[in-house]
Amino acid sequence: MGLLDQEYLSDNIIVTRTEDLLNWARLSSLWQLGFGLACCAIEMMATSASHYDFDRFGVIPRASPRQADIIIISGTVTLKMALRIKRLYEQMPEPKYIISMGSCSNSGGPYWDHGYHVLKGVDRIIPVDVYVPGCPPRPEALLEGLLKLQEKIRTETLRKSV
Amino acid sequence: MKNFEQIVSILKDNFSEIEFTVNIENEFDFYINVNQKDIFEVALFLRDNDELKFDSLMVLSGVDDANGEKIKDADGTETIKGGTLSVYYHLYSIEYKHKLTVRVATERENPEIHTVSTVWRTADWHEREAYDMYGIKFLNHPDLRRILMPYDWEDGSYPLRKDYKNPEFYQGMKIPY
Repeated sequence: MGLLDQEYLSDNIIVTRTEDLLNWARLSSLWQLGFGLACCAIEMMATSASHYDFDRFGVIPRASPRQADIIIISGTVTLKMALRIKRLYEQMPEPKYIISMGSCSNSGGPYWDHGYHVLKGVDRIIPVDVYVPGCPPRPEALLEGLLKLQEKIRTETLRKSV
Repeated sequence: MKNFEQIVSILKDNFSEIEFTVNIENEFDFYINVNQKDIFEVALFLRDNDELKFDSLMVLSGVDDANGEKIKDADGTETIKGGTLSVYYHLYSIEYKHKLTVRVATERENPEIHTVSTVWRTADWHEREAYDMYGIKFLNHPDLRRILMPYDWEDGSYPLRKDYKNPEFYQGMKIPY
């Protein structure tokens, strides 16, 4: 009757929790919004290219925010662009994640004092999950940021935290 | 190819009633000053004269000379009253390969200069940038809007002026760090 006291008839069964299954599915195919802002975007594209191969973590660029799970804010967020980023983020379906890549999008970077046109950190308009430092970060750093995000998703739960 | 002295003397020969003053800062940096009311006429001449043929405007840039009276504000910053803003025209003749820099100064409180966008089409966007950053109004410009800053950026707020102060907020987003 039970699963545990009888032998399985075939050996291709995995037992897991729904939560773990969902988390595993989510973190293994983080489709990225094809979106870049400045020099960090060049590093992001290098990360996508064959040498670093973002695709091996399931990250592939999507041309529409409606099909994207993750948005990498790769570069200087100007005040003009900030409004558009916010709109793009709002168009993405839940669950959605944000990686802030590079000093500019973390905190304004070199524009922190005299940048009359720069938003001092993208977290002023949208909630950031992982901050990747660097100016710009090397592809390895961005990969590390993605792995950190995957770790974060792995521990997600529907239960209320006590 | 004409050198600077020759170009200036051609200008002086052809415009008896227009005043040109020459600034020679050092051997690499020299320009002529033209009054703001004369620039359009001079620009047309520089382009069309057979000996000069300045057919290319390499760049047009605004400059805040910051030579007015500096008034200390309560918060320790400065406001500049009076003095001038300038526009520099860097010209090049593709045929003769000679260059010329022209400067036009205008009053800071009411900066108005006739457009040269009908002389060199390049000037169109450059003048929009000078308007955007310094608030210099180019008369008869076909489309004088801000070009880099948002269209709804605060009126009278020109970022590259030396006494510029950032607004606290833009569309609900805090600007200062």
